[in-house]
Amino acid sequence: MTRVVITGMGWITPLGNDLESVWKRMCNSESAIAPIDRFDASSFPTKFAGQVRDYDWTAHVKDASIHHDPAMNSQFALGAARQAWDQSGLCDYGELNLDRAGIYLGAGEGVLDFSAHSMIDTHSWDVEDGKVDAVAWAKFAREQLDEWGEVEQEPNMPLWHVAKEYGLQGPAFNCLTACAASTQAIGEAVSVLRSGDADVMFSGGTHTMLHALGITGFNRLTALSTFDGDPRKASKPFSKDRGGFVMGEGSGMLVLETLEHAQKRGATPIAEIVGFGSSADAYRITDLHPEGRGPAAAIRSALNQAGINPNETKNGKPLVQYISAHGTSTQENDSIETKAIKLVFGENAKDVPVSSIKSMMGHLIAAAGSVELITCVMSIQTNTLVPTINLDNPDPELDLDYVPNVSRKAQVDCCLSNSFGFGGQNNTLVVKRFES
Amino acid sequence: MPSNDAQIVISGVGVITCFGVGIDSLWEAMLEGRTGIHKIERFDPSGFTSQVAGELAEDAFKVKKIVPKSHRKATKVMCRDTALAVGAAADAIENARLQTAATSEDPPTISPDRVGCHIGAGLISAEVNELGAALVTSQKEDGTFDLAHWGGEGMQNLTPLWLLKYLPNMLACHVTIVHDCQGPSNTITCCEASSGLSIAESRRVIQRGDADACLSGGAEDRINPLALYRQHCTCRLIDSDGSEDMTTLIQPFSDDANGTVIGEGGGIMIVESKTSCDARNGTPWCTIDGIGCRQSFADSPLEADPNAIESAIKKALAEAKCEPSDIDVIVPLGSGVKQVDDAEREGLSAIFGDNLCSIPTITTIPYTGNCMAGNGAIAISVAAKSIKEQMIPARLGAPKTSGIDAARSDARQQKIDKVLVVTPSEGGQCVAIILGGIEA
Repeated sequence: MTRVVITGMGWITPLGNDLESVWKRMCNSESAIAPIDRFDASSFPTKFAGQVRDYDWTAHVKDASIHHDPAMNSQFALGAARQAWDQSGLCDYGELNLDRAGIYLGAGEGVLDFSAHSMIDTHSWDVEDGKVDAVAWAKFAREQLDEWGEVEQEPNMPLWHVAKEYGLQGPAFNCLTACAASTQAIGEAVSVLRSGDADVMFSGGTHTMLHALGITGFNRLTALSTFDGDPRKASKPFSKDRGGFVMGEGSGMLVLETLEHAQKRGATPIAEIVGFGSSADAYRITDLHPEGRGPAAAIRSALNQAGINPNETKNGKPLVQYISAHGTSTQENDSIETKAIKLVFGENAKDVPVSSIKSMMGHLIAAAGSVELITCVMSIQTNTLVPTINLDNPDPELDLDYVPNVSRKAQVDCCLSNSFGFGGQNNTLVVKRFES
Repeated sequence: MPSNDAQIVISGVGVITCFGVGIDSLWEAMLEGRTGIHKIERFDPSGFTSQVAGELAEDAFKVKKIVPKSHRKATKVMCRDTALAVGAAADAIENARLQTAATSEDPPTISPDRVGCHIGAGLISAEVNELGAALVTSQKEDGTFDLAHWGGEGMQNLTPLWLLKYLPNMLACHVTIVHDCQGPSNTITCCEASSGLSIAESRRVIQRGDADACLSGGAEDRINPLALYRQHCTCRLIDSDGSEDMTTLIQPFSDDANGTVIGEGGGIMIVESKTSCDARNGTPWCTIDGIGCRQSFADSPLEADPNAIESAIKKALAEAKCEPSDIDVIVPLGSGVKQVDDAEREGLSAIFGDNLCSIPTITTIPYTGNCMAGNGAIAISVAAKSIKEQMIPARLGAPKTSGIDAARSDARQQKIDKVLVVTPSEGGQCVAIILGGIEA
């Protein structure tokens, strides 16, 4: 099977906008969760989030004028992509065949202008008919909405911006499987490389739902934490008193290459992606399968592709040394994810450290998986496990090693990263230390 | 385990368009040269310059009637896009003579964990009546919107599962639940290219050994005020109040082409390994011989790029081990948007040269409107049908086109073995797929 390696990584996150500073903050158990200041959320059930700050996308592109006023999700993607591109060394490589350089993103939609939309819908409301007067609606829409802003809503727009910036003209896909999107994008990008259709693939995700309608939607689902104390304590995966996820935003991008191509141009592989598994719960729109059927199938499939037996040990240790959990801090996810890990790893499960960085930066939705995979790679690079913070009140039903509260040193050669989407689309990646 | 060389077939076709559910209603209309585009009836479109669409009457399709009893409640949280996908999937399953959890109490034809699902979706626009009804509860006396009231009380007027209705992955999720498909599942969101890219992904998933069959395609509904407005923002829609001759409104590849219209619909194919299809005595419609996917380098995401189109076709031809002269029919996007049509013609000309004028095209958008994420699946369904029937349906549009055989014409019999389907999308993705006839 064609080997696929990572040669570049980058991220824009609530904890910071470069690899090193974010990693340092995670190792120090810092939280980026703070009151929302992008809109007045003071009356909302949820008033806090992990917000990207101090970020200027124009510093990450050659010529901002070619980008036609990108939406915030595209802005994040351009910044993360620049870091990945530069780290990969492709910026100095003049022989890249652009028809064989593709892109597969898991990007969410652009930011909705809730202020304008609420004005349009309410002003065009016909009280007698009990519905919007479509003619008036059209008039107000023309007056209030930014036309290009609506075009930028399409989920494939970040793809266009990144591809345009780097001239990528190979296979191009965008997927949007809710919270699993960027993990799925990376897995399928690996598959594109293995099929022989490309030498290089840009992959990852980008998303922000940190606007009034996004918070509204998740509040109505009762999926968001409404914690009433210090926001930094709100995201508490695997705790007994976990009360929902905390919204985050950002982007994670990776440059993936066939090993052959990376070696040919003298690039240094950072890590190797060895397994990808994808499954559908096929159970309910609103709930995970109670036995963790879908997540377990995705984990098994990824390990199978990687040639790893989850029940085996080497020198007394499982062959997977870290799991980056989906770990949303909802009652259901954390319980069922734990169940799925135990289903697959059996007796070994208790010896595999599991943590959730969502405890520190919140849930980046479509971008979450890509940022979590980068975390896995940095764990391998530094032999360090980042913690699940706010785990002061462990759930007695959840009995794995969740790396509570403080980071720790450990030999890490192989990691697994889980992402499970609303509606039941599950994806898992396995990444290993590169060995030639 | 299958490999890159494993033969992949389309073993079932499910379609939903303004003509109804099933390929036959669309095909009959295309043989007769009868368009389904008319003035929008779902809401008063007179505030828009483009007031027509390929619209399916709401009472002509009730998703509740086609899902198992256990899933009827869930139809309340389906948006129209999802309902269309569920309808097309049911049609495809029936067409392929597959048994699933939804169709039979007997064991499924294919083990659920070996059935994948890749359904392309669009940016689903919230129903303005549904959202508006909640928003007006937070209106101040002076008519302005009160965000503080909304956050505290107003949002409670929105149904709790509101968000789930509008997530693009819900098309695939509902279909996987209805039919118990537990294999890999994805949601490609690349505008018009979504369906073709979904089929590319299904093929790749089967070839790498992760499934034996996949439900694959896409669906989208653009017939609501917000979605229509968003299409207006692309400056691609033709001005019409519905009083003109609808059969000549969209003029693909004509010098006078001046836009397209929206539609609703899509298609789901059963993409299957030939080995699996043979093992269950299935009847394939056609083979998938080659696929090429490329990204545009045009200056705007709204422009198509002839080089990307040419490169995608070259890749598909190479995979199919075909020469351009082997192609009997071309199904381009043919949207009637001049820049996109011109780019398609230029990309096709680079491959076919002067012979382009002698290869007949099939254009579907003048019949159905542009169904965006569902459009490619409709085109592929029609391509598969044309191979099966050895027939080129009638074309609507202009009486004359230059450089490409795409002018208005009647249906005719023709020997068809290889069909090229090309779909460039808003946002720059382009997919070319070559379908081949089944050898007797």
